[in-house]
Amino acid sequence: MADNEKIKVSIDGIPVEVDPGTTILNAARKIGGDIVPPAMCYYSKLEGSGGKCRTCLVKVSKGSEKDPRPMPKLVASCRTTVMDGMEVQNITSNEVIEARKGVVEMLLINHPLDCPICDQAGECHLQDLGFEHGAVSTRYEFERRTFDKIDIGDKIQLHMTRCILCYRCVFTADQLTNQRVHGILGRGDAAEISTYIEKAIDNDFSGNVIDVCPVGALTDRTFRFKNRVWFTKPVEAHRDCPTCSGKVTLWYKGEEVLRVTARKDQYGEVEEFICNTCRFEKKHTADWAIEGPRAVAHTSVISSNHYENLKPLQVIKENPTLKEANKYQFERSVRL
Amino acid sequence: MESLSNRKKVLEQKPMNFWERMYLPAIIKGMRITIRHFFKKKATVSYPEVERPYSKNYRGMHSLKRDEEGRERCTACGLCALSCPAEAISMISAERKKGEEHLYREEKYAAVYEINMLRCIFCGLCEEACPKEAIYLDGPHVPADYLRKDFIYGKNKLVEERFDVNLLEMANLKQEIN
Repeated sequence: MADNEKIKVSIDGIPVEVDPGTTILNAARKIGGDIVPPAMCYYSKLEGSGGKCRTCLVKVSKGSEKDPRPMPKLVASCRTTVMDGMEVQNITSNEVIEARKGVVEMLLINHPLDCPICDQAGECHLQDLGFEHGAVSTRYEFERRTFDKIDIGDKIQLHMTRCILCYRCVFTADQLTNQRVHGILGRGDAAEISTYIEKAIDNDFSGNVIDVCPVGALTDRTFRFKNRVWFTKPVEAHRDCPTCSGKVTLWYKGEEVLRVTARKDQYGEVEEFICNTCRFEKKHTADWAIEGPRAVAHTSVISSNHYENLKPLQVIKENPTLKEANKYQFERSVRL
Repeated sequence: MESLSNRKKVLEQKPMNFWERMYLPAIIKGMRITIRHFFKKKATVSYPEVERPYSKNYRGMHSLKRDEEGRERCTACGLCALSCPAEAISMISAERKKGEEHLYREEKYAAVYEINMLRCIFCGLCEEACPKEAIYLDGPHVPADYLRKDFIYGKNKLVEERFDVNLLEMANLKQEIN
C-alpha cells in the first residue's frame, strides 16, 4: 500500500477515510459527534497514553476487507488501529453500551463520590461518564481505599482517593519535563501516584498535570474551594510568555481571576500546555490581553447563566426560496 | 344579533312601584343578612397569636440542618444556588481546619450562606438539589420587616439550633435501662 493512500472504515455506519495507522478513536473523532467513544486515559498530546481505562471499548463487526471476520472481543479503540474496510460499532451496539456501563461501575468502585466538595465537579470527565452511562447505585459493599491528601509543592494537591490511575499525569511528567519526578508506586489495587518522598516538582510545566487529570485527583491549590466552576466565567486571554505559548483561559468571578488554565478542546484535551508562571502567578486582568468569552457547550453546566449561549430552536422551518423572494421586503423594512 | 349560547339575561327597566319606592323592605332585607353574620363563626384568625394548622408539605423559611452528631451538613457545593430560579442564594466556602471536625461534617463548609428572602419564591428547588440533605424549607412564614437588608438571612438565622448531644445520649441510655 502506498504511503499516502487512505483507507476506508465505517463507524456506526458512517464512512470515513483515514491514514493507515490511525486508531479507531481518532477516526471517530474525525467524524465527530455522538459516535466518538469517551476516553478517560487516552490523551492525543501524550505519547503512549491510552489502553488503561477501557471506557473507549468498541465492537469491530468486520475486521477488514481481506478478513471480514468480526473481532472476538470488544477492543479498546484508542489502541486499535484501523484496517481497510473495517466496520466498527459504538453507540449502535448494545454490547458496547453494556460493557461501558460495567467499566464506569468499575472506575467508580474506589472513587469517593465527593463531587459536592471536589473542585473538579462540573468539568470532571468521570462525572460526565457516570451521568451518561452509570448506574444509580453501587453494588460494592467493601471499604473503599482511601489515602491522605498529599501536597505536591505548594501549588498542586494530590488527592489519591479520587485517582482512577489513568497515568496521564505520569506521561505528562515524563514527556513534558526533563527529569522524571513522579510516577506510580505499587501494583494493582495498591497502585498510587507518588512523587517519591513527596518531593516538590520544580519544573516550569508541572502545573499541567492539573489540566490533564480527568478527575479531581490533581487540583490547583490556589483555587482550592474558592468557588464552583459553574459560577465562574471563562474568558480567553493571552500574554507574551517567554516559556510557553501564553494562550490560556481565565476563570473570572466578578472582576477577580480565580483560576488560570490551559485552553481545552471539545474532548477536554489541552490545546497548548502552559507554564507555571502563567498558571499560578498571573492572576490580574492587567497581566493579560483579553480575547473574549470562551465558547462553552450548551450541555455543560458551566454554560448556566451564560445567556449568549442561548440559541432557541427555530420555530419555523427555514425556507430559502421564500427568503429569497422576500429579500427585498425584508431589506426595505430594515432600512426603514 | 342573536346570542349563540343563549345564556344572556335581558333586563327590563320598569318604573318602581309604591313598595319599591318606600325602600324600607329592601333595607330590612339587607340588615337581616348583615345581622345574621354576627352570630356566625369567624372566618379569620388573629395571626400571629393564633395560627392555622399548616399543610404537611408547606414550604416556609429555610433551615440548614445538622447531622446526628450536631455538625453542619452543608458543604457549600453550590447546587442550591445553581438550581435557584430567583438567584436568592449565595455562599462563600471555606476549608475545615484541624479541630473543627465536630462543627462541620465535610472538609469544606459554607463560611457565609445567605438567602435573600425577598427574592426567594419558596419553590423548594434548593431542597431538591441538595445532595447532602442540608437545606429544608420547613420553617414558618418569613416575618415582615422594615429594611431590605434585614431580609438577607445569614447563617445565624438559617442554621438549625444545635441540640445537646449529651442530653440525647442520656435519654437513649435511660430508655435502654428501662
